[in-house]
Amino acid sequence: MAKAIDRRQFLRLAGLGGVGVVLGSALPGVARAHDNDDFFFLQLSDTHWGFQGPPNPDAKGTLKKAIRSVNSLRQKPDFIMFTGDLTHTTDDPVERRRRMAEFKQIVGELEAKTVRFMPGEHDASLDNGKAFQEFFGPTHYTFDHKDVHFIVLDNVSDPRALIGDEQLAWLAADLEKQAADAPIVVFTHRPLFDLAPQWDWATRDGARAIELLLPHKNVTVFYGHIHQENHHMTGHIAHHSAKGLMFALPAPGSQPNRTPVPWDPAHPYQGLGFRDVEADLDEARYTITEYPVVRA
Amino acid sequence: MTNRKGAVITAVTLALLGLGYGASFIAAEAAAPRVKVIKVSARRFVYSPSNLTLKKGVPVELELTSSDVLMGFNLPDFNVRSDIIPGKVARVRFVPDKAGKFIFLCDIFCGSGHEQMQGTLTVVD
Repeated sequence: MAKAIDRRQFLRLAGLGGVGVVLGSALPGVARAHDNDDFFFLQLSDTHWGFQGPPNPDAKGTLKKAIRSVNSLRQKPDFIMFTGDLTHTTDDPVERRRRMAEFKQIVGELEAKTVRFMPGEHDASLDNGKAFQEFFGPTHYTFDHKDVHFIVLDNVSDPRALIGDEQLAWLAADLEKQAADAPIVVFTHRPLFDLAPQWDWATRDGARAIELLLPHKNVTVFYGHIHQENHHMTGHIAHHSAKGLMFALPAPGSQPNRTPVPWDPAHPYQGLGFRDVEADLDEARYTITEYPVVRA
Repeated sequence: MTNRKGAVITAVTLALLGLGYGASFIAAEAAAPRVKVIKVSARRFVYSPSNLTLKKGVPVELELTSSDVLMGFNLPDFNVRSDIIPGKVARVRFVPDKAGKFIFLCDIFCGSGHEQMQGTLTVVD
């Protein structure tokens, strides 16, 4: 019988270790060994429930397949975070609520103690987050988990892609209560920095949020919106975008229009997936592992 | 008396200087390229026209209007943006100082077709 190695050992052996964020590939079935305070969560994003079109001929099945994959993980996450665009936008408020109700029912199948939500512009920008709040609660909030302070920032309920003065003041007040070296994770939907303003991949006042975060030594941002992995640094703050679960989008600025990547029948669900993020607090490190929609 | 005479001389000198400055200012203004004014209307989810062609170095003023809902006009490559409030004319001025093709887009989420609402600015030498 082969000697089992835990995932952290594997990453170190693979030379992927180090301070900061380690990006791994999925290792199905590999057990993880936890220190007492270590934990992991899953990030699912951009499920766009209600979307129909050629970029995903399995629009009604992809999320359900991803949920089966999540539920098949050997170890259960401490929590699951959906980083926005739970539903695909519609101009009809009744249809918007119908999609949210369906989405909520479907993700109710997730086997996790805690599932958290935040809106994307498709969920919230046409009614300032009203329907979202009816189904999922506040659009911005904080929570603490095992010494990590999590901040959920809403940069979509204002259709102008603004966080806004009021929320920024709330953020400043919250950060004042945190030690300068406290581990802080921020969830947003849009990137806080100007990734590709030509494609609306930005937050108009995101620089103000980054300015507030910069005095804190240990800040990592996880976001969605762009339907692909992207890793970017603003000073010492790392920003990691997640794949989506409906259709993939092209690399930032790689073509004139941000049209979805065509579905490839030879490689269904290519470019889609979810991730787990393992927090190693002793080494101030987050290990990201990407999973496909359908696990082998 | 001497003081009064001096004051008059000073006033006349200043007036002459002022005239000279004014004349040179008018001459400079006449030499500058005239501002090209272009009307762009927006409605869900299109700009009209959606393709603009400008000459490099010629100042332009865009007169932006919306016939239905609040829109945005964002031309990131030239750091030009404005809200477009229905019933009002929004004006943005800039000098296209580089040639090429550039995207302008609505940056205020305006409905189900918002993500397709964009146009192209072509700047020629």
